[in-house]
Amino acid sequence: MVDGEKQLEHLERKIKDLQAFAREQEINLNSEIRSLEEKAQAIRQEIYSNLSPWQRVKMARNMKRPTTLDYINMLCTDFMEMHGDRLFSDDPAIIGGIARFEQEPVTVIGHQKGRSTRDNIARNFGMPHPEGYRKALRLMEQADKFGRPIISFIDTPGAYPGLGAEERGQGEAIARNLRDMSRLRVPMLVVVTGEGGSGGALALACGDWTGMFENAVYSVISPEGCASILWKDPGKAPEAAESLKLTAEDLKKAGVIDAIIDEPRGGCQQDPAAMGEKLREQIKIVLSDLKQKDHSELLQRRWERINRIGVWTEMENKKQEISQ
Amino acid sequence: MGLFRKSRYSQVGTREIKDVPKNIASKCPACKHVHISRDLSQKMKVCDRCGHHFSLPASQRLRQIIDHNTFQEWDGELTSLDPLEFPGYAEKLDQVREKSGLSEAVITGRGEIEGQLVGIGIMAPEFMLGSMGSVVGEKITRLINRSREQGLPLVIFSASGGARMQESIYSLMQMAKTGAALARFADAGLLYISVLTHPTTGGVTASFAMLGDINLAEPGSLIGFAGPRVIEQTIGQKLPEGFQRAEFLLEHGFIDRIVERKEMKKELARILALHQGGEQVG
Ligand SMILES: [Zn+2]
Repeated sequence: MVDGEKQLEHLERKIKDLQAFAREQEINLNSEIRSLEEKAQAIRQEIYSNLSPWQRVKMARNMKRPTTLDYINMLCTDFMEMHGDRLFSDDPAIIGGIARFEQEPVTVIGHQKGRSTRDNIARNFGMPHPEGYRKALRLMEQADKFGRPIISFIDTPGAYPGLGAEERGQGEAIARNLRDMSRLRVPMLVVVTGEGGSGGALALACGDWTGMFENAVYSVISPEGCASILWKDPGKAPEAAESLKLTAEDLKKAGVIDAIIDEPRGGCQQDPAAMGEKLREQIKIVLSDLKQKDHSELLQRRWERINRIGVWTEMENKKQEISQ
Repeated sequence: MGLFRKSRYSQVGTREIKDVPKNIASKCPACKHVHISRDLSQKMKVCDRCGHHFSLPASQRLRQIIDHNTFQEWDGELTSLDPLEFPGYAEKLDQVREKSGLSEAVITGRGEIEGQLVGIGIMAPEFMLGSMGSVVGEKITRLINRSREQGLPLVIFSASGGARMQESIYSLMQMAKTGAALARFADAGLLYISVLTHPTTGGVTASFAMLGDINLAEPGSLIGFAGPRVIEQTIGQKLPEGFQRAEFLLEHGFIDRIVERKEMKKELARILALHQGGEQVG
């Protein structure tokens, strides 16, 4: 929970109680209620208009945030989930299947977190095993075969660091996805809705267009992990979040994402339906544009997109410039 | 300021590099035998008591694998910046450049292995644990692309602690970039041999290191995605003996062959020769 949210919740509860009380007792408390509402509004403004990167990390992890399944159900009709990687098992941390978006068949995939602790345990908190990446690739290749666009929803703390995941080669599974996604001949749209956790996120995220929710984060390592490696102190996660430049704005600046999708004040969970609508509009526009492009143009564009990412200097060139 | 560095960085390749070991002696972590560092270097940095393979600086690896006077370096002038102004990164880069004599954590170029021309990449574990930032990703990508354009087989020796977190998202994206380059390389019908050495973990394992037509590994190398300490913290128990070692990966189907360092050049030459001639379907 973001700092100040507790206070805000408390205030909101108090307002509701007062309203109920006024109704029951048939007394006029309007001015008292109004002053509390103004106070609540001021706090909202204060905490949500200028979130620190660490506060965004907490927003992105909020358990009340809509999940991939919520978005699929909001955006699509006829969703049929498909299971399994055909090699070992079915990973509940990644879901996928076929659905209709604006009447047209699409393949949807994404990380799936739980909405309760119990659900989250079943979903392994959205942390995939190799089976998940392999299932996702199987579905993406099917989309390629049948000419369906792909919509991929990213929301994971990262790959699961466990025995089985290593035994079954999660490194190989992620690597294969990265290579083979670059070959897909259908449009692939990626939406980072919550946490974009490192390789576990990237394995589903190499598309033709990437949109990122305002309060989503995307980085190579979690702030806690970064803090404990660099400063031997996971408590310095807020500083690490700052240094990792992991907000939507940072990623837009870095040229890694194409669009930032605004969230309702206080985050997606405040108004999931509005968020779903906003996302639908955005996807509609991008998809109709990408569908105009033929295979080779799509592949070339995707290749160029990924190839330009990075920052370096070439001293030889510098030297030439100086001597000229 | 870059101009001064340039001359120091280009000390890789076929020219002799003066090896001034800071430590006169090294203790074998496996059998505890104490080796004179100079002797150890002459034995390819392999313990002659127990066969333990010590970590190998990139320049030594290059001399062991590439025929004398055939190496031509590519993109040696590519140098990292500090795009995110990450605390301490610029200073760290300066220190490591000074100490290692390298410009970055990988050396790339072309050269011959027993007379057979290849594109070659060698990661430098002595440079920030071989971590992959923009420059490593870009050099590897250019190596793959240029090898494809020149129709050369490709050999990459990996040794990496993973992504370079000081470059955060740029670092992560190098995984996708090298992966995409390898798709084009494979589609051109060319051979890629990946050699995984101690340690190969994180973003390098989860990108180009695992995508060889043939994956080789040095004995005993730690190879995985998640680091052992992170796994132990997650599962709350000690890892079994040999977990994530080359032999474990061989057993689980992710490595084609384990090759001792002293056999490596011969083995690569044999594989390359087996891919000469014949009609390739690409
Ligand atoms: Zn030994």
